[in-house]
Amino acid sequence: MGLETASQTKPLSTLHEKASFDVADFPVPTGREEEWRFTPLSRLKGLHTGAAASGGVVVRVDAAPEVTVETVGRDDERLGRAYVPADRVSAQAYSSFEKATVITVPREAVASAPTVVTVTGSGDGAAYGHTLVRLEPMAEAVVVLEHQGSAVYADNVEFVVGEGATLKVVSLQEWDDDAVHVSHHHALLAKDATFRSFVVTLGGDLVRLSPSVSYEGPGGDADLTGLYFVDAGQHLEHRLLVDHSTPNCRSNVVYKGALQGEDAHAVWIGDVIIRVEAEGTDTYELNRNLLLTDGARADSVPNLEILTGEVAGAGHASASGRLDDEHIFYLQARGIPFEEARRLVIRGFFKQLLEKIELDELRQRVFAKVEAELEK
Amino acid sequence: MSDSSRVRPGSTLEIRDLHVAVDDKEILRGVNLTVRAGETHAIMGPNGSGKSTLAYAIAGHPKYTVTGGQVLLDGVDLLELSVDERARAGLFLAMQYPVEVPGVSVSNFLRSAVTAVRGEAPKLREFAKDLKSGMDALSIDAAFAQRNLNEGFSGGEKKRHEILQLELLKPKIAVLDETDSGLDVDALRVVSEGINRFRSTGETGVLLITHYTRILRYVKPDFVHVFAGGRIVEQGGPELADKLEAEGYEAYVKASA
Repeated sequence: MGLETASQTKPLSTLHEKASFDVADFPVPTGREEEWRFTPLSRLKGLHTGAAASGGVVVRVDAAPEVTVETVGRDDERLGRAYVPADRVSAQAYSSFEKATVITVPREAVASAPTVVTVTGSGDGAAYGHTLVRLEPMAEAVVVLEHQGSAVYADNVEFVVGEGATLKVVSLQEWDDDAVHVSHHHALLAKDATFRSFVVTLGGDLVRLSPSVSYEGPGGDADLTGLYFVDAGQHLEHRLLVDHSTPNCRSNVVYKGALQGEDAHAVWIGDVIIRVEAEGTDTYELNRNLLLTDGARADSVPNLEILTGEVAGAGHASASGRLDDEHIFYLQARGIPFEEARRLVIRGFFKQLLEKIELDELRQRVFAKVEAELEK
Repeated sequence: MSDSSRVRPGSTLEIRDLHVAVDDKEILRGVNLTVRAGETHAIMGPNGSGKSTLAYAIAGHPKYTVTGGQVLLDGVDLLELSVDERARAGLFLAMQYPVEVPGVSVSNFLRSAVTAVRGEAPKLREFAKDLKSGMDALSIDAAFAQRNLNEGFSGGEKKRHEILQLELLKPKIAVLDETDSGLDVDALRVVSEGINRFRSTGETGVLLITHYTRILRYVKPDFVHVFAGGRIVEQGGPELADKLEAEGYEAYVKASA
């Protein structure tokens, strides 16, 4: 009886979870835990076992003129208000960073240019970071997070989107081949806030990015889009969590990836929770993987947990497969050589996603990156 | 037509004793047929007789295994070539069920195909003009060019789009696989006019595969072949189509069984 009550009020998928700023609250993962079972721990280079920080990354911010940027210490009271770490590496990052970057878009300000945060790894050992992006009510901004170079890096990024505000984030993981990056992105949406996240993960030996969203009031609207291209030996993992705990909010998750080469490994976890009180929720999540060669593997686990009977819409879909022979045949039957036919079909696979990037320059850049992957 | 000045010698497609299997089951059991430039051959037959297998095997679909015979286009054995090489050699297959390709626009696809077949990219303005006149002639809406390939197309739109490709790519030999199926009379007339424009030069050959005689009222064949049990069982002129119309395929099905 007690268990039944618990399962009705608390989502099953969160029963085993805890949240804490203290690393000691999380045992060192063994790989058997649900949240770690897909991640090759031996390639984390100690991020899960307390690797000491040696300052291996440099953070630079090019901000829009309407936006204020601060570098603050650990004691800044604004930090950690939206997000509490939910796993050991995240807690390690939270307890190990020295300086945090705080980006604030003032009330009703509309940023006239993207604010670009560039994280560059220098290859000098482990590093931990923290970023807070605050949009005050009715503000609008685009923030680009760029990750490049060689690093062993764990960080947490908090997006606090105020009432009626709109935040568009593009996060590019263009690390060097040997980089390790474990990151949490959490967005907290106030009433009528709009959040658009576009994640592009191409580089790195191991990237594990966990974007999550929660809502503080009705009318919140989140779109989470992701694109990844996994080459031989790479492990690129995206773990989505959208927690609908207030009525009449919306979320849409679309992640698509292509994999090529021996031991290319993609992991996609898509958890959506619609709690008892979140009536009128409208949500959909989709993951698709295109396996371009033998030896590549995609794990895709969508999980939709609905605890209320009053939803506006809820669905999920996941599919992983090879290039469709019939597509290739049709194009080849019109004289288009195989390699070009393959490129056309893969471009088409990503096209609708790329069109979601509203900034022309950025869209073209990402498009060029995908093209470069296709040439490999 | 942009390349009407190009001299195209009369081409010939020769199918010699073609045997084709699908999943180890023999479907074509020795097909012999010669199509010359200026000729239109209708292949008629009941469902399951192997008509579509003939079309796809000539085009090189990977599902079909050629177990014997030759398909020569002007002396070159197409069976030795890849699918795209066959198309560039001058073969065209209008498909019965053109596949939807998400995210690839019609205009992008057509430009890629024309570039591949001609061996060089067409001048943008010239291509736009050819495309527009081709679409107008087939009563295809201009917005169509921006849509994804075959995605959400009606049956009629798919078939018109196949004929648009036929007219833009100007192959030496066109194989039309049940292009008439699923068309209403208006669409059938528009599509037939496209086929007639294509063959009006007299330099191209057409192999028209159909189950019904209806399209043959619009596209007059020079030869009619009856297909049953994986081979041609009777040949004749246009009058053979009239006989099939009156008597059906039953006699042939029984004979081939």
